[in-house]
Amino acid sequence: MKRVVVVVLVLVVAGFAFAGGGQEADDGAFRVAGIYQTAIEEPWDGVIHQALLRAEEELDIQYEFTEQIAAADFEKVVREYADRGFDLIIGDAFLAGEEPSRRVAADYPDIAFAFGSEFGPAEPNYSVFDNWIHEPAYLSGVIAGHLTETDTLGVVAAIPINEVNRLVNAFKAGALSVNPDIEMKVAYIGGWFDPPAAREAAQAQIEAGADLIYAERFGVFEAARENGVLAFGNMSDQNELAPDTVVTGPVWDMYPTVEYLIGQVRAGAYVAQDLKDWSMMAKGGARLAPFHGFEDRLPADVVQQVNDLTASITAGTFRVPIIEEEPVSD
Amino acid sequence: MMAEILSVSFLAGLLAATLRMATPIVLAMLGEIITERAGVLNLGIEGTMLFGAMTGFLVTMSTGSAWLGVLAAAGVGMLLALLMAFLVVFLGLSQHVSGLGITLFATGLSMFVYRLHFGSPTVPPTVTPMTKVAIPLLSRIPIIGPGLFNQYVLTYAAMILIPAVWVLMYRTRIGLTVRTVGENPMAADTVGGNVNLVRTLALVAGGALMGIGGSFLTLAHQNMFLRDVIGGRGWVAVAMVIFGNWNPGRGTIGALMFGLLDGLQLRLQGWGLPIPFDVFLMVPYVLTIFALVSVSRRAAAPAALLKPYRREVRG
Repeated sequence: MKRVVVVVLVLVVAGFAFAGGGQEADDGAFRVAGIYQTAIEEPWDGVIHQALLRAEEELDIQYEFTEQIAAADFEKVVREYADRGFDLIIGDAFLAGEEPSRRVAADYPDIAFAFGSEFGPAEPNYSVFDNWIHEPAYLSGVIAGHLTETDTLGVVAAIPINEVNRLVNAFKAGALSVNPDIEMKVAYIGGWFDPPAAREAAQAQIEAGADLIYAERFGVFEAARENGVLAFGNMSDQNELAPDTVVTGPVWDMYPTVEYLIGQVRAGAYVAQDLKDWSMMAKGGARLAPFHGFEDRLPADVVQQVNDLTASITAGTFRVPIIEEEPVSD
Repeated sequence: MMAEILSVSFLAGLLAATLRMATPIVLAMLGEIITERAGVLNLGIEGTMLFGAMTGFLVTMSTGSAWLGVLAAAGVGMLLALLMAFLVVFLGLSQHVSGLGITLFATGLSMFVYRLHFGSPTVPPTVTPMTKVAIPLLSRIPIIGPGLFNQYVLTYAAMILIPAVWVLMYRTRIGLTVRTVGENPMAADTVGGNVNLVRTLALVAGGALMGIGGSFLTLAHQNMFLRDVIGGRGWVAVAMVIFGNWNPGRGTIGALMFGLLDGLQLRLQGWGLPIPFDVFLMVPYVLTIFALVSVSRRAAAPAALLKPYRREVRG
């Protein structure tokens, strides 16, 4: 009996495993691959995924992606898409993917590669991008500096890497620019998804006097809502998570990058480059999330100052400083 | 700094955080104790909690009732426990491998079902979470009141379940049968106990508690489901079972200690001490390891733990 059950189970599993085979149909379509180390629910990779989904609808491309790629599989997955002749391969190369993605790109000089990376581009075909949303983080800080009554701000972040540090530092710089008495408390939860830990970190900061929390990660808004303090989101417009709590927050939009890349490759004009500018405010790659219900609740002079600063930033007459040292609690 | 430590709001906040953070661990730990007392190590705990967290969230979202969500989480915890029982009680397969397999399976299934419903939105959907319930009079006591008596109903339930499970295991006939099955199944069989049935029922009861423990994180502590929402709390529960020497009371001390240290490290991070944040994050885990090492020499696991029962094979 036991043996029969085991054999049946093995057959069922094998059936699933072999059911997935497909055939390649090259009908001349423009094909883009997405390479993600995390699940697409993770905000950073999610932003790239959403932009490519939009490109699939608006730019007449075919899009395929692989997510949750382990370090050991990274090169294999990228190479597979390159072998299949994709026109453009976009992904998240941070840490584990840096070396393998550059290795594969060097082997396929005719394919365009664009990866999220903290390092530079590589000739002839490897471009880099990153979430350069320190400008709207600075604007959020300006708002926080005006709104705080305790002069204490909280930040709950994942881990102190450059991509996180420059946002937190810009947030603080923005707050200090309008309120020199600001003190900031920073807590790291040590991972990408741990909403319960993020909530407890925010709770601890609120108890220590923080009355505005910048939520670099999910989980903070519950603590803020319960204690009646306001919060800022990150990466996407998160107002719907807690409409009376989330004022605004920096938003990253990869669509301008994706649109530019596809256009360049189609025109035969693609070159390896740092795509940084396409993730900043002037080109629409970064913005402050809409105020929603806070449109009327924010003081008019604060909104005016934010609008003026936005105009200066997009006009190129004001540069938000990029500070990447690890922020610590005051 | 001493003034900060001794301030009323700091202590009350830390106490409250301790209980909140210990709640899912205590619930899962009680489930694991019942299961292991019957002789089955259920390493499906982490996956069972995640699937409970996801199912509870989904049911709450579609019915609007968080309590139906908790009920559903208990239900799927029982179903996964039945699968575990099929593998390790009926087929007699390795408990380690089966348990880890169930955790992998339940983790994948959680994300699969979640995506079937929601796709992959940039902003996760939310439910209206349970609210805290302040106990009249008691919650007015300074420090202890806001610390201990303004909590979620599930937290109170977990605290009441600790002595309840102890009484069940050590002061009732049912508990005696369960423990006998875990210590000496042949003896239990000789006096007419159905070893495999008892083990299955213990697994099912434990699975329900694990599922509820997971649902606390998505329905009370948070209002959203994200992958990794359990974040290893199931594994911590298993460690606390050993730390507590398979006794609900002592295991709870471990779980509370873990909650306290976790709450403390998050507060210390706000003090601007010149210490890397990694050190703070490590604190509860390092002390868990120390605690385990210090008690493991006199740890007495149920004698028949990990051993499938077969009449014709002498244990």
